[in-house]
Amino acid sequence: MSEQIRGMNERIQGLRKQSVDTLPEISIERAELVTEVYRQYEGTVSVPLLRALTFQHLLDNKTICINDGELIVGERGPGPQSTPTYPELCCHTIEDLQMINDRSKISFLVSDQAKKVQQEKIIPYWQGKSIRDQIFNLMSREWLDCYYAGIFTEFMEQRAPGHTVAGDKIYKQGMLEIKDEIERTLGGIDLARDPGAGAKQEQLQAMSVCAEAIIRFARRHAEKAREMAALTRFPQRKEELLQIAAICTRVPALAPRDFWEALQCYWFVHLGVITELNTWDSFCPGRLDQHLYPFYKKGIEDGSLTKEKARELLQCFWIKFNNQPAPPKVGVTLKESGTYTDFCNINIGGVTPDGSDGVNEVSYLLLEVIDEMRLLQPSSNVQVSRISPDLFIRQASAVIRKGWGQPSVFNADAVVQELLNQGKSLTDARCGGTSGCVETGAFGKESYILTGYFNLPKVLEITLNRGVDPQTGKQLGPVTKDPRECLNFSELMEAFHQQLSYFIDIKIAGNEIIEKIYADQMPAPFLSIIIDDCLKRGKDYNAGGARYNTNYIQGVGIGSITDSLAAIKYHLYDWRHFIWDQFLAALAEDFVNDEKMRSMLINKTPRYGNDDDYADDLMREVFNFFYRAVDGRKTARGGTYRINMLPTTCHVYFGSVTGALPDGRKAGLPLSEGISPVQGADRKGPTAVIKSASKMNQLITGGTLLNQKFAPQLLEGEKGLSSLSHLIRSYFQLNGHHIQFNVIDRSTLIDAQRNPEQYGHLIVRVAGYSDYFNNLNEQLQNEIIGRTEHAGF
Amino acid sequence: MLFNIQRYSLHDGPGIRTTVFLKGCPLKCWWCHNPEGISFKQELIVHHKKCIGCGSCAQVCAYNAISLGRSINSVDRKRCVLCLKCAEECPAAAIEPAGARMTAEQVFHEAAKDKVFFDQSGGGVTISGGEPLFQPEFLYTLILNLKKAGISVAVDTAGYARWSDLALVSPLTDLFLFDLKLMDGRLSRKYTGRSNKLVLENLNKLARAHGNIQIRIPLIPGINDDQDNLESIGRHVRDLGLKQASIHPYHHTGVAKYEKIGCSYKLPQIEAPVPEAINRAKDCLEQYGLTIILSEGD
Repeated sequence: MSEQIRGMNERIQGLRKQSVDTLPEISIERAELVTEVYRQYEGTVSVPLLRALTFQHLLDNKTICINDGELIVGERGPGPQSTPTYPELCCHTIEDLQMINDRSKISFLVSDQAKKVQQEKIIPYWQGKSIRDQIFNLMSREWLDCYYAGIFTEFMEQRAPGHTVAGDKIYKQGMLEIKDEIERTLGGIDLARDPGAGAKQEQLQAMSVCAEAIIRFARRHAEKAREMAALTRFPQRKEELLQIAAICTRVPALAPRDFWEALQCYWFVHLGVITELNTWDSFCPGRLDQHLYPFYKKGIEDGSLTKEKARELLQCFWIKFNNQPAPPKVGVTLKESGTYTDFCNINIGGVTPDGSDGVNEVSYLLLEVIDEMRLLQPSSNVQVSRISPDLFIRQASAVIRKGWGQPSVFNADAVVQELLNQGKSLTDARCGGTSGCVETGAFGKESYILTGYFNLPKVLEITLNRGVDPQTGKQLGPVTKDPRECLNFSELMEAFHQQLSYFIDIKIAGNEIIEKIYADQMPAPFLSIIIDDCLKRGKDYNAGGARYNTNYIQGVGIGSITDSLAAIKYHLYDWRHFIWDQFLAALAEDFVNDEKMRSMLINKTPRYGNDDDYADDLMREVFNFFYRAVDGRKTARGGTYRINMLPTTCHVYFGSVTGALPDGRKAGLPLSEGISPVQGADRKGPTAVIKSASKMNQLITGGTLLNQKFAPQLLEGEKGLSSLSHLIRSYFQLNGHHIQFNVIDRSTLIDAQRNPEQYGHLIVRVAGYSDYFNNLNEQLQNEIIGRTEHAGF
Repeated sequence: MLFNIQRYSLHDGPGIRTTVFLKGCPLKCWWCHNPEGISFKQELIVHHKKCIGCGSCAQVCAYNAISLGRSINSVDRKRCVLCLKCAEECPAAAIEPAGARMTAEQVFHEAAKDKVFFDQSGGGVTISGGEPLFQPEFLYTLILNLKKAGISVAVDTAGYARWSDLALVSPLTDLFLFDLKLMDGRLSRKYTGRSNKLVLENLNKLARAHGNIQIRIPLIPGINDDQDNLESIGRHVRDLGLKQASIHPYHHTGVAKYEKIGCSYKLPQIEAPVPEAINRAKDCLEQYGLTIILSEGD
């Protein structure tokens, strides 16, 4: 199958081509509509109602688009790849828009008209008022200093909390039924005795407006389909459009009855969530195979569906995700997440709510669709349990070894244990899975918010400089013990621990303020309908209405800091190869006069990723520091702090603000990625990497990310395929959370970097997602090239 | 004495394996791709590409065996007494010892690290060389330890060893990978340095004593890929009642190692066999009722 033409038939090929070839552009429509509502209602209605009226106004007035030949309808913007902005969260300046248009990677076309509207209508209303502006005004001096020094990032500074996934509710309950439930809940509020009654009423009324709005939105599509049916010359298309009209009249007002209705129903909900706010990780159908299976089975049994028809509908569905790039990011947020991918990550396999094998016919069909479509979005993963059939893993491995980075592989049993460890019920845990890159969540019932990346190696750099950041020259941390005066390694670790705790406290103090801003000013009444138990509690998703509420801080650079600590322990304390003065001077000068020292640090140090306890024990120690500094703390909305270990593209950004490290890494270069070893440090093959990574107590996290790079020939043939499955099973037996593979030759990547025009379709695994190689900036391309490639032995 | 412990080894028996390479071999096959496994002594490996030209090695060498060129060290192997000071000192690991003395206990500890992968994949530990049977006590102890830990063991041998040593490890060994190269005694002496008489005798005895032997045939163009040789291998193996053989096409990856250990490569420039030649060899051997595995690399 050629890379340009993929898809099972002409319809899909055409839609896919449109999706892939259309350049992303900014649509100013949403910004205009939102501003209209706010101008009219702000201050006159409750905040939840204001948000609901905004939602309603958007869905009542936005351009309706039905693309030629498509079977699943609805776009977030006026057309494919046309992407709205969210001025209530982030009000772009004209310079921002110009830069978004001009930048060489992850750009969006910005028309003069859009800039004009932004200048004349949007900026005057939102400047200084957007969440982004408020956050930067409210943060403490310390927070801002740390933020700009690159000690941590902040997820909510231009995107809303989301980080959640649909459960099965929407397939069982139509919006009309939900409206009835809202009415009943409203009726049950004890106005005399419940001090929160007023707030609950406001919230529930807002939810009701949203439920009505999404029904009307679907019916606008029905109307449009009928209009188009009247005009078309093609009888088959006419029939399809009339069927689309019938479906959009039914769902999501009423629960879906068949496969097609189920997909369309989800898609309207998806559009609702990502139109309401610019939520992180967009939104996601989660356990799609399990949700769809009853519809699939019924359709096949009663003859109303064929496997091929189901495949076609799924391929149409896939393209809808790819039509919605992540809205344009700027500043640090762009650096930490430099991709068009919006992280919808479909789960396949796993276990059922009663704990039995969840793999079904739709699971296999989805694997075929993923392989056939080869699109950046949606991301996909397989959930592998010890009870999953071998055939399932083999089929998934056969797709993985084609080398474009999907599906990724998760340990379904570890995911359940992680959720249980966080206090979820067994059933909720089994219905959970992973979303975004690798984040564990109780689907349909949890708000699990990533609050920001945390630069672990940077904290070491600051520790070695007694709280001073050598890059900015500022005293960012407390004045801890001079490393030259640390008589043994544990004294140095003590200083590191003090710095780490200090910076975590600053991060969390900032989070609390931001969480309150969202709870007070940016409720999400539509999302609150979808996620249990917001409705029952009459509480917004952003205010802690979900059954479970979790905040994450994501650790970055565990490989780099482990190797750095190992280098210090080994060379400065155990063997005394160097003395501190000499060592600190070399770091300060980025090793310019100490190539020999740098070489020793790289080549003659026990390093993480080689199944060597010397280094791996240090990894555990840092991991435990980080875990203890964060885990279990309470959040403003009644949630709990947890950690996970993933970077998206943040290891490149964090590397760019971090000076030379004791592991021999020169200043400015990327840090290690996920929980993978430092690029090139692992020298004993994939089993040693897996053993090292599994020494981290991953079950107490909410997700970790391990990437491995294989030369294609290592996975060739029957033996290659079965060995890949065995590696996965073994890692999971050791309680590993996630593993993913790049299957590509180093030489191919180097060639692609030199001749980008010949590799327009080359997709690689970056961290918890895949991207076109050409979409990556040069540092990230180099980082991927630099990863150890396991070759034939 | 061993020269490598290779994890995630996929071509030395079933499943995911760790291969332990013992150092020293009585044969000197022209095509050997592990030349650092031939000598029974430690050697010095020089990776010229890794050298950063710091000169530490030359400074530390008490025998003036190292001269520093333009960022490339050259070692005078005649002067070198293998004190290994240079390898210790080299910050870039550009000079490394080939060969380390480890106890069977230490090797066991290292080789058993991937047990979870062995169990999952039906793999285990392969002990190769060099010629593992030339360190029989070590081999026996190592196998015994591995077997006690429930790990499956394969021994990869060229068969040139004392029968008593082979007989000692045979009952503990799950699988023998037995190399057969040349059936003609004269050619065998020319290309491997030894007659094949002992090898064939041992194979005959082993075939009676052990139920799981896989014959390994390196396919070296112009040396052992002729019809005559392959047919006589096929015939011989069939007559012993063995069912399986694998073909290992010649590849160039070992050539660079010769220079690194300061040896010259005897084999004239030859090309790796083309797929047709490999298939021809496979067809030829299959005539004798053997199941043939094509190795993708080793």
